[in-house]
Amino acid sequence: MLARTRASFHHSIGTYRQVESVSSTRQDRPGRRPLREDANDGARAGALADRLRAAVGAAKVLTDPAQLRTYACDGLATVRVTPSVVVLAERREDVVAAVRLCAGAGVPFVARGSGTGLSGGAVPVADGVLIVLSRLRAVRSVDPGNARVVVEPGVINLWVTREAAPYGQAYAPDPSSQQVCSIGGNVAENAGGAHCLKYGFTVNHVMGAEVVLPDGEVVHLGGIAPEHPGFDLLGAFVGSEGTLGIATEVTVRTVQAPESVRTMLVGFHSVADAAGTVSDIIAGGILPAAVEMMDALAIEAAEAAVRCGYPQGAVAVLVIELDGPRVEVDEQFLQVERIAAARHAFETRIARDEDERALMWKGRKSAFAAVGRISPAYYVQDGVIPRTKLPEVLDEVGRLADAAGIRVANVFHAGDGNLHPLILFDDKVEGAAHAAEQLGFAILDLCVASGGSITGEHGVGVEKKSRMAVQFSADDLDTMHRLRCAFDPAGLANPGKQFPTPRLCGERPGVRTAASEDHDPALGEVF
Amino acid sequence: MPDPDSPAGVRGSADPTPVVPGSAGEVAAPGSAGEVAELLRSTTGTVVPVGAGTKTGWAAPATSCDLLLRTTGLDRVTEYAPGDLVVVAEAGVPLAALQEQLATHGQMLALDPPEQGATLGGILAANASGPRRLRYGTVRDLLIGVTVVLADGTVARSGGKVVKNVAGYDLGKLHTGAHGGLGIVVSTTWRLHPRPPAAATVTAPVRGSAAAGRLTARVARSTLTPTALELRWQRGESGTTGELVALFESIPASVRDQAPRCAALLAEEDAGRGSEAADPEARTTRGDEAVRIGAAPPAWFGERPVGQLVLRLAFAPSALPYVLDALPPGSRGTASAAVGVAYAAVPPAIDLAALRAALARWDGSAVVLAADPELRPGLDHWGPTGDAFGLMTRVKDRFDPERRLSPGRLLGGL
Repeated sequence: MLARTRASFHHSIGTYRQVESVSSTRQDRPGRRPLREDANDGARAGALADRLRAAVGAAKVLTDPAQLRTYACDGLATVRVTPSVVVLAERREDVVAAVRLCAGAGVPFVARGSGTGLSGGAVPVADGVLIVLSRLRAVRSVDPGNARVVVEPGVINLWVTREAAPYGQAYAPDPSSQQVCSIGGNVAENAGGAHCLKYGFTVNHVMGAEVVLPDGEVVHLGGIAPEHPGFDLLGAFVGSEGTLGIATEVTVRTVQAPESVRTMLVGFHSVADAAGTVSDIIAGGILPAAVEMMDALAIEAAEAAVRCGYPQGAVAVLVIELDGPRVEVDEQFLQVERIAAARHAFETRIARDEDERALMWKGRKSAFAAVGRISPAYYVQDGVIPRTKLPEVLDEVGRLADAAGIRVANVFHAGDGNLHPLILFDDKVEGAAHAAEQLGFAILDLCVASGGSITGEHGVGVEKKSRMAVQFSADDLDTMHRLRCAFDPAGLANPGKQFPTPRLCGERPGVRTAASEDHDPALGEVF
Repeated sequence: MPDPDSPAGVRGSADPTPVVPGSAGEVAAPGSAGEVAELLRSTTGTVVPVGAGTKTGWAAPATSCDLLLRTTGLDRVTEYAPGDLVVVAEAGVPLAALQEQLATHGQMLALDPPEQGATLGGILAANASGPRRLRYGTVRDLLIGVTVVLADGTVARSGGKVVKNVAGYDLGKLHTGAHGGLGIVVSTTWRLHPRPPAAATVTAPVRGSAAAGRLTARVARSTLTPTALELRWQRGESGTTGELVALFESIPASVRDQAPRCAALLAEEDAGRGSEAADPEARTTRGDEAVRIGAAPPAWFGERPVGQLVLRLAFAPSALPYVLDALPPGSRGTASAAVGVAYAAVPPAIDLAALRAALARWDGSAVVLAADPELRPGLDHWGPTGDAFGLMTRVKDRFDPERRLSPGRLLGGL
């Protein structure tokens, strides 16, 4: 969404210093265009509360405004919308009952896990029900013989690996928030992480799901076995950002923990050399478990925050991790060292033990929060480019930043070309936040123009839905909408997310409703 | 190669199954995505897309085919970025031709279904895979973007040209294994992998279905990283016999290290005395009856069985022994042993419904890949539909409301 005023800007991007002031001035997002023009959802959602209490138990249904406000936002802290009702589901039947009541009353609902998403995918609908899944925390089965773990959606990502570890197995997807984020949220967002370069994303590790469809019907997609006959609806469900239904049970596969893991930290005097090293590693036929890059400004912030002891004077550092059989890792590790040296690495450190490895990762993993040490406020973006275009795109990001007079720290998954520009600004300066948002969108447009994507792992949510029309044509989006209509013809599941323009399912292709209030008029021309 | 004069009898080297019983209607071989779209816009009848026609028996016979649409004219590799390990290729490009081009840069598309001449679009539509799925996964794990022509001629893209991308619904997954029933895939974008420079195999004899399970588990639950773990098996009156092959592909040092370790593990298990394996060397050198290390995989490796009735079985991986035991004597085939997939040529008199009921205990399924013509009428190709079938029907109705595309070829007659 492109906001026109400072006030509405607060609802559109993630800054970490403005939450207090925003929450005190604007609790709800006004002017939301309802999908159904004739519906008075506010009254209906309120009337629904009594029926919800009867169905799931009064203790699980919140309507007190102070309690409701607790759930007004997710990890995109500045978009705040207070729901009419919150249901704290404790079992699958609660979810089914809540969804059925919503469907019957035509009231929209939003599912929420741990609420760590960065694109506002779990932001409530003002006149709707928020279904919170974090109490669904049972690990249903740990099955090392089949390399499967079956969990409820509120189970924390890291718990899966903890359950599998005694059997020498691990759950591969490792988003940075893995100590708090839930599997249900991971499924909704198709969460990635530093190690998805080698191991793939959530979608590559989810084998099955029990899903409550937006009309309350319960279906089972996939399972323990691979290749269930029929369409791969599971593959389409993963990453659908809560718009196709709510997973109430998830079956994931686990992988064997590697025999050896080795990590190195390499300092460079130029971003081009660091990027060239990444390209040379890949060209050398090596598939590292992770390759992460930080630029000078990000290093400065990390040092200020966690004293990770990164090489002094580095303009860019790489954290490179290899895993696998010991012999293979050792030989390829030497090869990576030689490649880095040929690219003028001025310092290469090799982690000698788990503590040193943890310290190398600490600087990287704390980089987002650390930027708060060097700027009053910042805004995290998430875009992807073809890896070989890293040097030129980073140069262009620098030019865009200079032209805007804004500092940008770059922290990213270099192996996948997944950029996380951290756009620094002073929220006390009038218009600075808006300028930061504009720069973020310019960077996303640059990613698309370079052959990439507007999001690699944070999702579209409310934050970037206007950018979907930059990456996809109207026909592309119409086609995606067909899937939405098959799952949710009434448009009740997490409406207003992921896609730029709300539409009804009965519409003829090519005929679209007017742009939503937060839609960029310029994009409205093409969509 | 397909015979253009015989639309009903599209033939591949391995599968002569017609897509529709009797004679099909017209045949078209458009040369571009735009031509495919124009064909669908300018006609109203039923359309069955086909690539090289090597897997036409993998789906149920079409209930109607006014137009057989060959995608073999869509044969261009449109974009190859070796540095990014990404390739964009039209649906009619044969996998073998693509691999040849990729190999010049030391790269590969990590799909290895055995059907000779198979196209990318056909492999995607049939969700065909081979032994290396253990390491690299299947189509759904490697396809990063797709362009599709819908039944009404709409050309739509999803995914992109970067591996990491969560913008919008991933419709490539939906078309994978859909046999063209939701749209005609015209272009595909893939994640590539470096071609490993060295290989070695470890082969172990298998005496009994339980041993097949134990040997497989022993390797799968180790820190070894085989690219594939393939079983060749046959069911006799006295039980299951066969051999298990672990394929290692990596840098030479790793292959040299892992193959003997794998051989030792398998020899231990083969001896049935895991704790007494004092001299694994001795056990690995007993000749044909013992575990042995070799360079290239055996001739059967990755091939699918041929017979009057061939099935693909999928099941919880640890159920491999029980699945083998559920098959009647005379059955034979291969299995990607650690992932829970087997290919079985079974006696044509098999009670398919009973087999499917037995497999259900292990979340299993049995779908037909090939059947002699006299077996095909009345054959339940896909087996029972699950509780998501209503949803699948609604998806079909949204993408192909007039049921023009591959009618009847999918699960439940969709």
